[in-house]
Amino acid sequence: MEIGLGHYLIVSALLFTMGIFGIFLNRKNVIIILMSIELMLLAVNINFVAFSSFLNDLAGQVFAMFVLTVAAAEAAIGLAILVVYFRNRGNIEVEQINQMQG
Amino acid sequence: MSLTALAFYLFASITVFSGFMVIASKNPVHSVLFLILAFFNASGLFLLLGAEFLAMLLIIIYVGAVAVLFLFVVMMLDINYTEMREGFLQYLPIGALIGLIVLVELIMVVGVWQVAPEIIGTPAVAAAPDLTNTEALGAVLYTQYIYAFQAAGIVLLIAMIGAIVLTLRTREGVKRQNISQQNRRTPQTAIEIKKVKVGEGL
Repeated sequence: MEIGLGHYLIVSALLFTMGIFGIFLNRKNVIIILMSIELMLLAVNINFVAFSSFLNDLAGQVFAMFVLTVAAAEAAIGLAILVVYFRNRGNIEVEQINQMQG
Repeated sequence: MSLTALAFYLFASITVFSGFMVIASKNPVHSVLFLILAFFNASGLFLLLGAEFLAMLLIIIYVGAVAVLFLFVVMMLDINYTEMREGFLQYLPIGALIGLIVLVELIMVVGVWQVAPEIIGTPAVAAAPDLTNTEALGAVLYTQYIYAFQAAGIVLLIAMIGAIVLTLRTREGVKRQNISQQNRRTPQTAIEIKKVKVGEGL
Protein backbone atom coordinates (compact mmCIF):
# COMPACT_ATOMS: atom_id res chain seq x y z
CA MET A 1 0.00 0.00 0.00
CA GLU A 2 1.29 3.41 -0.95
CA ILE A 3 2.03 5.74 1.97
CA GLY A 4 0.05 8.90 1.32
CA LEU A 5 -0.47 12.25 2.94
CA GLY A 6 -3.29 10.85 5.06
CA HIS A 7 -0.96 8.45 6.86
CA TYR A 8 1.29 11.26 8.03
CA LEU A 9 -1.70 13.37 9.03
CA ILE A 10 -3.04 10.52 11.16
CA VAL A 11 0.33 10.08 12.89
CA SER A 12 0.43 13.78 13.66
CA ALA A 13 -3.21 13.73 14.84
CA LEU A 14 -2.33 10.89 17.22
CA LEU A 15 0.71 12.77 18.53
CA PHE A 16 -1.30 15.95 19.02
CA THR A 17 -3.94 14.03 20.94
CA MET A 18 -1.19 12.55 23.12
CA GLY A 19 -0.08 16.07 23.93
CA ILE A 20 -3.56 17.18 24.96
CA PHE A 21 -4.11 13.96 26.90
CA GLY A 22 -0.79 14.44 28.68
CA ILE A 23 -1.72 17.93 29.83
CA PHE A 24 -4.93 16.61 31.37
CA LEU A 25 -3.33 13.51 32.83
CA ASN A 26 -0.38 15.17 34.57
CA ARG A 27 -2.16 18.12 36.10
CA LYS A 28 0.46 18.49 38.81
CA ASN A 29 3.78 18.12 37.05
CA VAL A 30 4.78 21.18 35.01
CA ILE A 31 7.74 19.40 33.44
CA ILE A 32 5.49 16.76 31.85
CA ILE A 33 3.11 19.51 30.71
CA LEU A 34 6.01 21.28 28.97
CA MET A 35 6.98 17.98 27.34
CA SER A 36 3.37 17.54 26.17
CA ILE A 37 3.55 20.96 24.55
CA GLU A 38 6.73 19.85 22.79
CA LEU A 39 4.88 16.76 21.52
CA MET A 40 2.07 18.95 20.16
CA LEU A 41 4.57 21.20 18.39
CA LEU A 42 6.22 18.11 16.92
CA ALA A 43 2.83 17.02 15.57
CA VAL A 44 2.41 20.46 13.98
CA ASN A 45 5.85 20.10 12.42
CA ILE A 46 5.00 16.70 10.98
CA ASN A 47 1.89 18.26 9.41
CA PHE A 48 3.91 21.11 7.94
CA VAL A 49 6.58 18.83 6.47
CA ALA A 50 4.04 16.30 5.16
CA PHE A 51 2.09 18.97 3.29
CA SER A 52 5.31 20.55 2.08
CA SER A 53 6.52 17.25 0.70
CA PHE A 54 3.29 16.18 -0.96
CA LEU A 55 2.47 19.59 -2.46
CA ASN A 56 6.12 20.01 -3.51
CA ASP A 57 6.23 23.40 -1.81
CA LEU A 58 9.17 24.49 0.32
CA ALA A 59 7.24 27.07 2.34
CA GLY A 60 6.04 24.38 4.73
CA GLN A 61 9.58 23.35 5.63
CA VAL A 62 10.61 26.97 6.17
CA PHE A 63 7.72 27.46 8.57
CA ALA A 64 8.47 24.14 10.31
CA MET A 65 11.91 25.63 10.99
CA PHE A 66 10.30 28.70 12.57
CA VAL A 67 8.11 26.42 14.70
CA LEU A 68 11.31 24.69 15.86
CA THR A 69 12.79 28.07 16.80
CA VAL A 70 9.75 29.07 18.81
CA ALA A 71 9.63 25.65 20.49
CA ALA A 72 13.25 25.96 21.58
CA ALA A 73 12.68 29.48 22.93
CA GLU A 74 9.54 28.34 24.72
CA ALA A 75 11.34 25.42 26.35
CA ALA A 76 14.18 27.67 27.53
CA ILE A 77 11.90 30.31 29.02
CA GLY A 78 9.52 27.74 30.50
CA LEU A 79 12.28 25.83 32.23
CA ALA A 80 13.85 29.07 33.49
CA ILE A 81 10.52 30.11 35.03
CA LEU A 82 10.23 26.62 36.50
CA VAL A 83 13.67 26.82 38.12
CA VAL A 84 12.96 30.28 39.58
CA TYR A 85 9.59 29.11 40.86
CA PHE A 86 11.14 26.06 42.46
CA ARG A 87 13.76 28.25 44.12
CA ASN A 88 11.06 30.41 45.66
CA ARG A 89 8.49 27.80 46.59
CA GLY A 90 10.29 24.48 46.95
CA ASN A 91 7.80 22.59 44.79
CA ILE A 92 6.38 22.85 41.27
CA GLU A 93 2.82 21.66 41.75
CA VAL A 94 0.58 23.35 39.24
CA GLU A 95 -2.41 23.39 41.54
CA GLN A 96 -0.57 25.57 44.03
CA ILE A 97 0.53 28.13 41.44
CA ASN A 98 -2.09 30.72 42.31
CA GLN A 99 -0.01 33.36 44.03
CA MET A 100 -0.02 35.62 40.96
CA GLN A 101 -3.79 35.94 40.65
CA GLY A 102 -3.66 39.49 41.93
CA MET B 1 4.78 -4.02 1.40
CA SER B 2 7.54 -1.83 0.10
CA LEU B 3 10.57 -0.87 2.13
CA THR B 4 9.35 2.73 2.41
CA ALA B 5 6.01 1.64 3.81
CA LEU B 6 7.76 -0.66 6.27
CA ALA B 7 10.02 2.17 7.43
CA PHE B 8 7.04 4.50 7.72
CA TYR B 9 5.08 2.10 9.89
CA LEU B 10 8.15 1.41 12.06
CA PHE B 11 8.93 5.10 12.62
CA ALA B 12 5.28 6.08 13.06
CA SER B 13 4.46 3.34 15.54
CA ILE B 14 7.57 4.01 17.65
CA THR B 15 6.85 7.76 17.57
CA VAL B 16 3.29 7.31 18.76
CA PHE B 17 4.25 4.70 21.34
CA SER B 18 7.03 6.82 22.82
CA GLY B 19 4.72 9.85 22.73
CA PHE B 20 2.35 7.85 24.87
CA MET B 21 5.13 6.76 27.21
CA VAL B 22 6.19 10.40 27.66
CA ILE B 23 2.89 11.18 29.34
CA ALA B 24 2.35 7.82 31.00
CA SER B 25 5.69 6.84 32.54
CA LYS B 26 6.09 7.22 36.28
CA ASN B 27 9.61 8.61 36.30
CA PRO B 28 10.12 12.01 34.59
CA VAL B 29 13.63 10.96 33.54
CA HIS B 30 12.05 8.10 31.56
CA SER B 31 9.62 10.63 30.11
CA VAL B 32 12.51 12.73 28.82
CA LEU B 33 14.24 9.68 27.36
CA PHE B 34 11.04 8.65 25.58
CA LEU B 35 10.73 12.23 24.30
CA ILE B 36 14.19 11.83 22.78
CA LEU B 37 13.09 8.54 21.18
CA ALA B 38 9.98 10.24 19.79
CA PHE B 39 12.10 13.00 18.25
CA PHE B 40 14.52 10.51 16.70
CA ASN B 41 11.70 8.62 15.04
CA ALA B 42 9.96 11.80 13.94
CA SER B 43 13.18 12.80 12.24
CA GLY B 44 13.07 9.39 10.55
CA LEU B 45 9.62 10.33 9.26
CA PHE B 46 11.04 13.64 8.01
CA LEU B 47 13.74 11.71 6.15
CA LEU B 48 11.05 9.59 4.48
CA LEU B 49 9.30 12.80 3.44
CA GLY B 50 12.49 14.09 1.84
CA ALA B 51 13.13 16.87 4.35
CA GLU B 52 16.68 15.85 5.22
CA PHE B 53 17.73 19.24 6.57
CA LEU B 54 14.81 19.47 8.98
CA ALA B 55 15.40 15.89 10.11
CA MET B 56 18.98 16.72 11.10
CA LEU B 57 17.80 20.01 12.62
CA LEU B 58 15.28 18.12 14.73
CA ILE B 59 18.01 15.85 16.09
CA ILE B 60 20.42 18.72 16.75
CA ILE B 61 17.93 21.10 18.33
CA TYR B 62 15.58 18.77 20.14
CA VAL B 63 17.81 15.88 21.17
CA GLY B 64 20.93 17.96 21.53
CA ALA B 65 19.50 21.02 23.27
CA VAL B 66 15.89 20.90 24.37
CA ALA B 67 15.72 17.34 25.69
CA VAL B 68 19.06 17.70 27.46
CA LEU B 69 17.78 20.94 29.03
CA PHE B 70 14.72 19.05 30.25
CA LEU B 71 16.94 16.29 31.59
CA PHE B 72 19.09 18.81 33.50
CA VAL B 73 16.06 20.46 35.05
CA VAL B 74 14.43 17.15 36.00
CA MET B 75 17.60 16.00 37.68
CA MET B 76 18.41 19.36 39.29
CA LEU B 77 15.10 19.95 41.03
CA ASP B 78 14.75 17.95 44.21
CA ILE B 79 11.12 16.93 43.92
CA ASN B 80 9.16 13.96 45.16
CA TYR B 81 7.72 12.82 41.87
CA THR B 82 5.61 10.02 43.32
CA GLU B 83 3.63 12.62 45.26
CA MET B 84 2.98 14.38 42.01
CA ARG B 85 1.31 11.35 40.51
CA GLU B 86 -1.61 11.68 42.91
CA GLY B 87 -4.76 12.53 41.04
CA PHE B 88 -3.46 10.71 37.95
CA LEU B 89 -6.48 8.39 37.90
CA GLN B 90 -8.80 11.19 38.95
CA TYR B 91 -8.09 13.11 35.75
CA LEU B 92 -7.97 10.00 33.53
CA PRO B 93 -11.66 9.92 32.48
CA ILE B 94 -11.98 13.60 31.59
CA GLY B 95 -8.58 13.59 29.87
CA ALA B 96 -9.41 10.45 27.91
CA LEU B 97 -12.79 11.91 26.91
CA ILE B 98 -11.33 15.18 25.64
CA GLY B 99 -8.43 13.42 23.94
CA LEU B 100 -10.85 11.03 22.24
CA ILE B 101 -13.07 13.89 21.06
CA VAL B 102 -10.10 15.77 19.61
CA LEU B 103 -8.77 12.62 17.94
CA VAL B 104 -12.15 11.76 16.39
CA GLU B 105 -12.55 15.30 15.14
CA LEU B 106 -9.05 15.36 13.66
CA ILE B 107 -9.55 11.99 11.95
CA MET B 108 -12.93 13.10 10.59
CA VAL B 109 -11.24 16.18 9.15
CA VAL B 110 -8.45 14.08 7.62
CA GLY B 111 -10.98 11.58 6.27
CA VAL B 112 -13.12 13.96 4.24
CA TRP B 113 -10.43 16.50 3.43
CA GLN B 114 -9.19 17.04 -0.15
CA VAL B 115 -6.57 19.30 -1.66
CA ALA B 116 -8.16 21.98 -3.81
CA PRO B 117 -7.08 21.14 -7.38
CA GLU B 118 -5.86 24.64 -8.18
CA ILE B 119 -3.41 24.52 -5.24
CA ILE B 120 -1.51 21.47 -6.43
CA GLY B 121 0.04 23.09 -9.48
CA THR B 122 0.84 26.46 -7.85
CA PRO B 123 3.19 26.13 -4.88
CA ALA B 124 4.14 29.29 -2.99
CA VAL B 125 7.80 28.31 -3.13
CA ALA B 126 8.45 25.67 -5.75
CA ALA B 127 11.16 23.18 -4.83
CA ALA B 128 13.82 23.23 -7.53
CA PRO B 129 14.32 19.65 -8.68
CA ASP B 130 18.09 19.83 -9.25
CA LEU B 131 18.98 21.22 -5.82
CA THR B 132 19.41 19.25 -2.62
CA ASN B 133 16.97 19.92 0.18
CA THR B 134 19.44 22.00 2.18
CA GLU B 135 20.42 24.14 -0.81
CA ALA B 136 16.81 24.74 -1.79
CA LEU B 137 15.85 25.71 1.77
CA GLY B 138 18.80 28.05 2.08
CA ALA B 139 17.97 29.66 -1.26
CA VAL B 140 14.51 30.69 -0.08
CA LEU B 141 15.30 31.23 3.60
CA TYR B 142 17.88 33.96 3.00
CA THR B 143 15.96 35.72 0.22
CA GLN B 144 12.20 35.37 0.35
CA TYR B 145 11.90 34.75 4.09
CA ILE B 146 14.77 36.93 5.29
CA TYR B 147 12.58 39.11 7.56
CA ALA B 148 10.94 36.08 9.16
CA PHE B 149 14.40 34.57 9.58
CA GLN B 150 15.65 37.72 11.34
CA ALA B 151 12.54 37.74 13.52
CA ALA B 152 13.25 34.13 14.51
CA GLY B 153 16.76 35.21 15.48
CA ILE B 154 15.34 38.00 17.63
CA VAL B 155 12.97 35.53 19.29
CA LEU B 156 15.93 33.32 20.18
CA LEU B 157 17.96 36.28 21.45
CA ILE B 158 15.10 37.45 23.67
CA ALA B 159 14.59 33.91 24.95
CA MET B 160 18.28 33.69 25.82
CA ILE B 161 18.30 37.06 27.59
CA GLY B 162 15.06 36.20 29.37
CA ALA B 163 16.35 32.86 30.61
CA ILE B 164 19.57 34.46 31.88
CA VAL B 165 17.75 37.35 33.59
CA LEU B 166 15.25 34.99 35.19
CA THR B 167 17.74 32.56 36.64
CA LEU B 168 20.53 34.99 37.55
CA ARG B 169 20.78 35.67 41.26
CA THR B 170 23.29 37.47 43.44
CA ARG B 171 24.06 35.31 46.43
CA GLU B 172 24.82 36.73 49.84
CA GLY B 173 28.10 35.92 51.51
CA VAL B 174 30.10 35.00 48.44
CA LYS B 175 33.56 36.61 48.36
CA ARG B 176 34.69 37.82 44.95
CA GLN B 177 38.06 39.12 43.83
CA ASN B 178 38.05 42.84 42.97
CA ILE B 179 41.35 43.47 41.24
CA SER B 180 41.15 47.28 41.04
CA GLN B 181 40.37 47.45 44.73
CA GLN B 182 43.38 45.23 45.44
CA ASN B 183 45.64 47.41 43.31
CA ARG B 184 44.43 50.59 45.03
CA ARG B 185 45.66 49.39 48.42
CA THR B 186 48.59 51.39 49.81
CA PRO B 187 50.92 50.54 52.73
CA GLN B 188 49.22 53.29 54.74
CA THR B 189 45.85 51.61 54.64
CA ALA B 190 47.11 48.06 54.78
CA ILE B 191 49.93 48.04 57.32
CA GLU B 192 49.98 49.25 60.89
CA ILE B 193 53.38 49.59 62.57
CA LYS B 194 53.52 48.99 66.29
CA LYS B 195 56.39 49.52 68.65
CA VAL B 196 56.75 46.45 70.77
CA LYS B 197 58.60 46.76 74.01
CA VAL B 198 61.29 44.23 74.69
CA GLY B 199 60.18 41.43 76.93
CA GLU B 200 56.46 42.13 76.50
CA GLY B 201 53.95 40.92 74.01
CA LEU B 202 51.33 43.00 72.29
